[in-house]
Amino acid sequence: MNIHEFQAKQLFAQFGVPVPRGKDVKTPRAAEKWAAALDVPVYVVKAQIHAGGRGKAGGVKITKQREEVPALTRELIGKTLVTHQTGPKGRKVRRLLIEEGAGIDKELYLSLLVDRDSGCPTFLASTEGGMEIEEVAEKTPEKLFRETIDPAVGFHPYNGRNLAFALGLPSLEKAVVTPFIQMLGNLYRLFMEKNASLVEINPLVITTDKQLIALDGKVTFDDNALYKHQDVQAFRDLHEEEPLEIEAGANNLNYVKLDGDIGCMVNGAGLAMATMDVIKLAGAEPANFLDVGGGATKETVAAGFRILLKDRKVKGIFINIFGGIVRCERIANGVIEASKEVGITLPVVVRLQGTNAEEGRKILLESGLKVDVATDLWEAAQKIVAMKRKRKRG
Amino acid sequence: MSILVNKSTRVVVQGITGKEGSFHATQCQAYGTQVVAGVTPGKAGQEVEGIPVFHTVRDAVKETEATTSLIFVPPPFAADAILEAANAGIWLVVCITEGIPVNDMVRVKRALASTQTRLIGPNCPGIITADECKIGIMPGFIHKKGKVGVISRSGTLTYEAVNQLTNLGLGETTCVGIGGDPIIGTGYIDLLQMFEHDEETKAVVMIGEIGGDAEEKAAVFIKREMTKPVIGFIAGMTAPPGRRMGHAGAIITGGQGTAKEKIAALEAAGVQVVRNPAEIGETVQAALGG
Repeated sequence: MNIHEFQAKQLFAQFGVPVPRGKDVKTPRAAEKWAAALDVPVYVVKAQIHAGGRGKAGGVKITKQREEVPALTRELIGKTLVTHQTGPKGRKVRRLLIEEGAGIDKELYLSLLVDRDSGCPTFLASTEGGMEIEEVAEKTPEKLFRETIDPAVGFHPYNGRNLAFALGLPSLEKAVVTPFIQMLGNLYRLFMEKNASLVEINPLVITTDKQLIALDGKVTFDDNALYKHQDVQAFRDLHEEEPLEIEAGANNLNYVKLDGDIGCMVNGAGLAMATMDVIKLAGAEPANFLDVGGGATKETVAAGFRILLKDRKVKGIFINIFGGIVRCERIANGVIEASKEVGITLPVVVRLQGTNAEEGRKILLESGLKVDVATDLWEAAQKIVAMKRKRKRG
Repeated sequence: MSILVNKSTRVVVQGITGKEGSFHATQCQAYGTQVVAGVTPGKAGQEVEGIPVFHTVRDAVKETEATTSLIFVPPPFAADAILEAANAGIWLVVCITEGIPVNDMVRVKRALASTQTRLIGPNCPGIITADECKIGIMPGFIHKKGKVGVISRSGTLTYEAVNQLTNLGLGETTCVGIGGDPIIGTGYIDLLQMFEHDEETKAVVMIGEIGGDAEEKAAVFIKREMTKPVIGFIAGMTAPPGRRMGHAGAIITGGQGTAKEKIAALEAAGVQVVRNPAEIGETVQAALGG
């Protein structure tokens, strides 16, 4: 789960990581009030959306005039920002973070995530703050430093010293070395206690008055651990999520919307991805990823149909089930009942394989339903793509 | 021969009195697996289809000499269950549970490093040695004793491949679902090595997917160590970056972990990577000389 920058900074503050004084606002009036209370030489007004690249897209404004803050708020609220992470549709700004501007002397990069190879939480740090870290890793890997934390003993000051000296912090600004090491310890605590999957500060700045401050903040949480954290759940912003994906989640379906026109419904995540790939190989584009899970029933199939049909781009549906524990004849009955319930007019190809596949296919063929039935994966993919094309022409 | 499990493997099922646990314990037993014990705290003395239930894994091991455990415990308690099995001296732990918090697994993986216990999974279909022993949730009947080893991060996609191998008469030795989570107990390399040393295995199918760099690491190993043909498939060629595709571990982050990179690395190591998953079986057949 992703959260907003202002929420990440609230968490940072809670764990003793220094952030600029700031507050989230939704109206020019609230902005005016907060600016008056803040009363600083420089104000920063930042659009709050779940995407990077806000600065380049015009979502961050800086002013020395307190009176300008409400006007800037009016300008940004309701605006749609298009960044390299939002896609062409962009994201509507509903909230701003207004904070104290900092005098920047030096920008650093710092993040913490689980390294999949070692299975250990790992800090990444770089002197190239403010840049995309992928770019640093590619172009100047010698400026990127890693520090792996042994989860059995947790963070220790030596971990912090390793990174501080690798970065050359003592020669950059001696006064921030101890705060830096403390900050790493605090971030590690936040990461483990709140089940984060990523904590990123870019840039982490050394200010002109020798303070270390998290100027930006990004925190992502492990969805599987949300049950442990009511406070983190409260950070969820449904405006930032695809409506169809919210509906799928409510039905315990795993759905990701894509841009193609062949909808697919599959049991199992790996097979669902492979089905998308096969649709592409057959010459069309998949409209989605949809895993109905191991225990697909009439209800899950019906919910799946409803979600696929709400995507107006979908011109054909490919159901691909490998019956293991789930028997294919049950799936066949589920498809029949669900399509009657939902009312399907699009071409549908059902491919059944595995447990009682033969029986399932027979049930579908004898149902009078206008679905095409297949056994082979490749044959089925070619069928649905051909049916979609034919329908377009006719 | 086979790897890791065979007809003499003695299995304890943790979470045996739950709906999933009791169903699959009986299915495994019906396949021929020696399911010698079950564990549910507070339910010792009960039986599930003739399988005795114990309070703890320690008791189960003491009474039945189980060496392998199969876990169906819900996510909040699964890390604890894995550690309990390791502490009781279980040699092989197969964890089916999906949805264990990553940071729980971080601690578990670190703790297991100082034991003799090997973990398969979590978030996997389990392990099966064809016609001998099924420790997991896969449909047993699609497997047939033969000559191909299978390693996979997926469930139903593995069944797809196995079905093709069986239908072509190639059959399988052992099939291992290593799991779809970012932190898993056993990766490709250990298993590739076991298959390389297993006389009956003549070829290995490895089914990967987007996310992480385990396939790239495996490619380095394959190039250096494998003499047997390896046939690969990577799911997620059409997956968009930054989105989690069902499995917690199936995500392209910061441009890393794409199917394209993995395929390139595997092909450079001499692996035949199939683009169409419907062709896995035929490709293995061709690699084994028809």
